[in-house]
Amino acid sequence: MSASQSLRSEAAKRILIKDGPYGTGIQGEKLSGEAYCAGLDLLKDQKGNNDLLNLTQPQVVRTICERFADVGAEILATNTFNANRISQADYAAEHLVGDINRASARIMREVADRYTAKDGKPRWIAGALGPTNKTLSLSPDVNDPAYREVDFDTVKDVYREQIDALVEGGVDFILVETVFDTLNAKAAIMATLEAEQALGRELPLMVSMTLTDLSGRNLSGHTVEAFWATVRHAKPVTIGLNCSFGASQLRPHLVALNGLADTLIMAYPNAGLPNDLGEYDEVAAETAAQVSEWFDAGLVNIVGGCCGTTPAHIAAIAKAAEGRMPRKVPTAPRQTLLAGLEPMVIAA
Amino acid sequence: MSTQPKTILDSEPAAAAAGARFVNVGERTNVTGSAKFKKLILAGDYDAAVDVARDQVENGAQIIDVNMDEALLDSEQAMTIFLKRIAAEPDIARVPVMIDSSKWSVIEAGLKCVSGKPIVNSISMKEGEAPFLELARKCRAYGAAVVVMAFDEVGQADTAARKIEICERAYKLLTADGFEPQDIIFDPNIFAIATGIDEHRRYAIDFIEATAEIRRRCPGVHISGGLSNLSFSFRGNEPVRRAMHSVFLYHAIPAGMDMGIVNAGQLEVYDQIDPELRDACEDVILDRNEDATETLIALAERYKGTDAAEEKKLAEWRGLPVTERLSYALVKGIDAHIVEDTEEARQQAERPIHVIEGPLMDGMNVVGDLFGAGKMFLPQVVKSARVMKKAVAHLIPFIEEEKEKSGVTAGKGRVVMATVKGDVHDIGKNIVGVVLQCNGFEVIDLGVMVPWQTILESANDNQADMIGLSGLITPSLDEMVTVAGEMQRLGLKTPLLIGGATTSKAHTALRIDPAYEGPVIHVLDASRAVGVASSLVSDTQCEPLVAKTADEYEALRIARSRSGQSELASIADARANAFAFDPSGQAPAPIRPGLHQIGEWPLRDLKASIDWTPFFRAWELAGNYPQILDDEVVGESARSLFNDAQAMLDKIIAERWVTPKATVGLWRCKREGDDVLVLAGNDWTRLPFLRQQVKKREGRPNMSLADFINPEGEDWIGGFAVGIHGLEPHLERFKAENDDYSDILLKALSDRLAESFAEVLHAEVRNRLWGYADEHFSTADLIREKFQGIRPAPGYPACPDHSLKPILFEMLGGAPGEVSLTENFAMLPTSAVSGFYFAHRDSQYFGVARIGEDQLADYAERRGVDLDCARRWLRPNLD
Repeated sequence: MSASQSLRSEAAKRILIKDGPYGTGIQGEKLSGEAYCAGLDLLKDQKGNNDLLNLTQPQVVRTICERFADVGAEILATNTFNANRISQADYAAEHLVGDINRASARIMREVADRYTAKDGKPRWIAGALGPTNKTLSLSPDVNDPAYREVDFDTVKDVYREQIDALVEGGVDFILVETVFDTLNAKAAIMATLEAEQALGRELPLMVSMTLTDLSGRNLSGHTVEAFWATVRHAKPVTIGLNCSFGASQLRPHLVALNGLADTLIMAYPNAGLPNDLGEYDEVAAETAAQVSEWFDAGLVNIVGGCCGTTPAHIAAIAKAAEGRMPRKVPTAPRQTLLAGLEPMVIAA
Repeated sequence: MSTQPKTILDSEPAAAAAGARFVNVGERTNVTGSAKFKKLILAGDYDAAVDVARDQVENGAQIIDVNMDEALLDSEQAMTIFLKRIAAEPDIARVPVMIDSSKWSVIEAGLKCVSGKPIVNSISMKEGEAPFLELARKCRAYGAAVVVMAFDEVGQADTAARKIEICERAYKLLTADGFEPQDIIFDPNIFAIATGIDEHRRYAIDFIEATAEIRRRCPGVHISGGLSNLSFSFRGNEPVRRAMHSVFLYHAIPAGMDMGIVNAGQLEVYDQIDPELRDACEDVILDRNEDATETLIALAERYKGTDAAEEKKLAEWRGLPVTERLSYALVKGIDAHIVEDTEEARQQAERPIHVIEGPLMDGMNVVGDLFGAGKMFLPQVVKSARVMKKAVAHLIPFIEEEKEKSGVTAGKGRVVMATVKGDVHDIGKNIVGVVLQCNGFEVIDLGVMVPWQTILESANDNQADMIGLSGLITPSLDEMVTVAGEMQRLGLKTPLLIGGATTSKAHTALRIDPAYEGPVIHVLDASRAVGVASSLVSDTQCEPLVAKTADEYEALRIARSRSGQSELASIADARANAFAFDPSGQAPAPIRPGLHQIGEWPLRDLKASIDWTPFFRAWELAGNYPQILDDEVVGESARSLFNDAQAMLDKIIAERWVTPKATVGLWRCKREGDDVLVLAGNDWTRLPFLRQQVKKREGRPNMSLADFINPEGEDWIGGFAVGIHGLEPHLERFKAENDDYSDILLKALSDRLAESFAEVLHAEVRNRLWGYADEHFSTADLIREKFQGIRPAPGYPACPDHSLKPILFEMLGGAPGEVSLTENFAMLPTSAVSGFYFAHRDSQYFGVARIGEDQLADYAERRGVDLDCARRWLRPNLD
């Protein structure tokens, strides 16, 4: 059984649990710049380069992964949100992109296999692709709206490098997450499709959008429905939302997706909205209570946590999900779904 | 055909969302179909070209077709630029794009810059099945639907049979390859009719018949066609072309044509077409009789040149008054008329700057409000900013000219701005930049992802008057602290402005401000940026703003530390991190030590040094003196109040209503831990001081007032109390006259006199009684505490225990300045001030904020009271 088949078959029986973020756990370690670097000869200060830790402090990454696995996370995402050539350029660590991704995938794979050997339960590794810090849809120059800092092929190639390394490290899925720019996501999807072709086997996609305002658009201005229209051709094994806000603010947008998406929905909210110091103070029980409302309405198949969530949050969510009915995946109505920033439906 | 729609267009948004019945694809952004658009693109006038697209959408196009197939053009580049341009126009980008080209390279270039799900127009089997499938797969990988032309290896299908055969074959190939039928749109070719050539007579009816059959044989697909071909022989006669198109659709839609490339703004409602013309069109389209073409050609002559009616359709908003037009253009982001409108407004305005400060800022405020309320999103704001920039660019020469005439040449100030490292968001920053430029500032925008090194280098190289940092994501908050820390490390004094969606006054006060001793100000939005920046470069307003902000942040920090968010160090650790006493900063022994009684101080002196800002605050009028007098909102009431106050003050002075009295003591002292032992008279009096216990960033001390006293040798400390006496008879008089206004006025003035007296007295002490200073300060400098030494009062942040007042008063002889204390340590008369004098060069105000149980117990012992008593006195510092 392929990874996507096993995921779908488990997801039909119960609500599955995804892990939480690495940033929160890593911050707790209070690592110095030297610890980040750990002897690597790099030109710039690496403090804050959390992706590099896959190479330099693998035990830190492994421990965080184990903490999530311990509390019931089954879908484990690699610690590779910024492990792409564009983002790593800030740290002059572009040449390490391949190693970082391979290392992270291998750490997660080892943890998943070790846990599964113990309890026989399936676990999946999702190779995480962040949005990069460049946008294909917006001009950074107010005087030249046609200007872009990067082009589609560059972004696609950057993703391809990351995907190939993640696959080499043994991931089951490619998770395109925190999509603030829909065109960046399209480049990631294109790269995955091309990698899949080169690989000669299925490389299932997970796609997760992030909203920048409560009306339900991402930074490039796309609504949730328009986003689904944009990525549906890739037949992602999951579609959903992450980051953005807390679970209660995400709810209406999950409702919008629920009726439309003929695939699994995965959502992993932040621990509420950040306070005015940019910190998250929603406690685990609160997050779990809000996520429970999603279960009540049958909105999700897979849940996890994003910014500010900890193993305690994932534990509480996993507990709340126990015995709850997963969302039923609908059959898509036969209609043409196009999109600009907004969706457009043409009846068949 | 009785159920067919009477209107052709089905452009209601609700209908579109529910599933459109007929989708009209805008055709004017097509260089092959529109001479005007071609001219604009060839001239590189993309601004106007974008307006063409906007008009299409406003006129009901649900998709816009973009075609750049022109020999004189670099079509790939033109396609790319245009698609990126319209991506920045949310009112256009909301609809899907149809990327139209006969060249695959142009289509692919387009696919790389369109997000959403577009349509590719078109691919066909012209080169055979294999190349066809290859391109179809690429379209699918880019996430596009496809228009498939009825074209095969033999050629373009003209008869109904050929159209059906080719489309069915393509359908089978595509669906077998995994293509979703609903992502296939067939274009069975609309050709020109009424050409005079017999073979062309059936083209329309062939299309309509084929449409019905293709829909039947290929379930799920759509049928589209380009309408302008149909009426090609009536070029230049728009009324006839419109009628033909409408009549054609009237028949083709019921047959299954559900998409058409049309000029959406130029379709007639079928029922409203002149019946004679309509019948003639019907005859031609349905090939109903032999001389249908001749009839229509003859009739068409009558319709030539009747297009003038179009003129009146010039958008309604153009008829609004100019200020409303400016606001409309800003909110909508339309820059087509902005220069002419700005010019018109300039001619009407008294000064060019008024156009900016008035209608343009009003428009930007609307944008800001809408954005804040989530009713506008980022790309729209960028667009508005662009319109703003164009308007301002037009005005700047006039403003410069005015400046030259008036002799004022220098810009108001130079601002270095950046989005901090790790953050790409810069729209808010750009808006602030625009608005600042509009207001005469020179803005050096370093862009996004800017490391602190670059920011500080640029600030230094450009001698910036201030630095603005922006960020939208939460990690940027930390980065801003880093920048502030580096500014501190370099010993800068440049004001630092903080803005951006995740920033807040609280974060600025708690995290950024403490990292940097220079001014740090959180700027809530662009409209406030101007006020803040203007104040910072103003000789008179800078200090008040900086001081007020610092106070505000200090208060916030205290409030926050009380709210229990900050971590406490143990008192031992806090003491280990005490402020280091620098012996070189110690003041010399007083010239006139001991007690000094001041029986009466000249009132006229006190009037001159009154700090008026708190006076207005007492009346709940927000703003700083003297600017408050010209404040737009409260200025009038402030002026009236100020006049009344001046009048009463003159009376107070002339009729000697009140008497200011004071006592000053200057004593030898020594330090014992956090206590200061004072030799007042013949006895040593113990003054226990509290120490900050909130954990500090590295390099920041946990302060106590005791730290300003030499820990190792002899030192000196002072104390004082001032009171304003004699109000009572006047207050009684006012009460009797039911004159509350005068009552409050007198109390408020009396409070000001007490504060002023404390300030004047402090100067007297510094310059004469203690005599460690030789100052010549203005009132403003006095208020801003530019001098050496402090006079912290018991009950205030640095010395929060009110219960030190009786000790102080005792040292001052019992009733200093004839002020007495209530059992709760309140002073009588109420207009009174008391405190200690610290003269060390480094002595400064701070807030003790929250303390721990360990210090409380320690303090109780030092103060000689039981724990419960100490707890009661220090309650505000314990929570």
